[in-house]
Amino acid sequence: MKTIEALLHDHPFFAGMNDEYIRLIAGCAVNHVFNPQEYIARENDPADYFYLIRNGRVSIEISQPNYGAVILQTLQDGDICGWSWLFPPHRWTFDAKTQTQVQTLKLDGRCLRTKCANDTNLGFDLMQRFARIMTERLQATRLQLLDVYGYSQNKKNHETQNKKDQNP
Amino acid sequence: MIPDIFYVQRRIEEYPGTFTLHIKKKEAHPRLSFQPGQFNMLYAFGAGEVPISMSGSVYNTSVYIHTIRTLGQVTQALEQLREGDQLGVRGPFGKGWPVGKTAGKTVLLIAGGLGLAPLRPLVYSLLDKNSAATDVRLFYGAKSQPEMLYSVELKHWEQQLTLQTSVDMATPGWQSNVGAVTHLLTATKIDPENSIAFICGPEIMMRFAIQELIKKNLPRASIYLSMERNMKCAIGHCGHCQWGPAFICKDGPVFCYQEIYPWFHRQEV
Repeated sequence: MKTIEALLHDHPFFAGMNDEYIRLIAGCAVNHVFNPQEYIARENDPADYFYLIRNGRVSIEISQPNYGAVILQTLQDGDICGWSWLFPPHRWTFDAKTQTQVQTLKLDGRCLRTKCANDTNLGFDLMQRFARIMTERLQATRLQLLDVYGYSQNKKNHETQNKKDQNP
Repeated sequence: MIPDIFYVQRRIEEYPGTFTLHIKKKEAHPRLSFQPGQFNMLYAFGAGEVPISMSGSVYNTSVYIHTIRTLGQVTQALEQLREGDQLGVRGPFGKGWPVGKTAGKTVLLIAGGLGLAPLRPLVYSLLDKNSAATDVRLFYGAKSQPEMLYSVELKHWEQQLTLQTSVDMATPGWQSNVGAVTHLLTATKIDPENSIAFICGPEIMMRFAIQELIKKNLPRASIYLSMERNMKCAIGHCGHCQWGPAFICKDGPVFCYQEIYPWFHRQEV
């Protein structure tokens, strides 16, 4: 069985991080398995933890009156779930719910915040990693908003006939 | 340059605005052939011609199958065709997917929206018993579940290849991935030396897919994509589809990324 340190080493989020920091972070982490259809987080609840997804799929959702939960995005193996623990007011912005059984490493945000405050190099390293994830999520959201596959997009751009219609 | 006369043998409504035509030549025993990735020029009488990719199997020599989205005057006319109606066909044209290069490789098929249609002949070939590909993985992204092509076939393919689907907008009941199809690639482990990728979809999606594949150290020479531009003559004479030094109709529509990357990211081209 792998140690928490080894699991952190294997996760893409911590790729290349030095062993000393991995050891420090491992002190704030535990293994946690969620069942399918289980809430990992609820909107507006305190965000004291975040999760490294080792295996499985998590949907990020928001509830709409008279409509129910809308899935905004899904996360999968190698992804990270939650960054609300980093910033005040430390509350979840969306619901996070498992679609399958999900194996995670659960990290204690309060513990990590203290360690980051004591070692700003660790804090900077972690911040850079989260900033990269945020940038990737922003790019993905922009792509979703573009409606690249949509009829309206193609209608607008390709109204001139004699296009190779096949590849929108 | 003179079109052959075909008739519609079967018409399938995929979802509103997108349909599939099975078209047959007006001969007793036609033997039709094409390479996956090639296209035909379909002529709706009185309206004009459009280039449409093949989306059937190369093993079916009696019909051509085309999936078409209604966009303009010609495709609107094609949409009106019903079983027994006639149309003109020129083709097949262009350079297709390099099926021969899949031997011994993990094949990554990355399709966005209607981009699954030009990849479908390749899927059929890769699922054939004679295929020498070691592993086939299909990543398919669409706007939403109702706008996914070949939904029944996707269920069958799931038994034979690794299928991952993603939608931009989840509809009630959708229990799979939500987000850009390129996100699916991030969690995929590949052996760059023994993998080959074929991409077809909106150009923006293809750019992001290529970025992910390059991050995974897949060589440019192992990435192929299908491009689209205005095509008129389909034989490289008119110049409408010139793209950099290449003509999409003659040198493509399938290109190796290694050969086109110098101008692929240039918006002016």
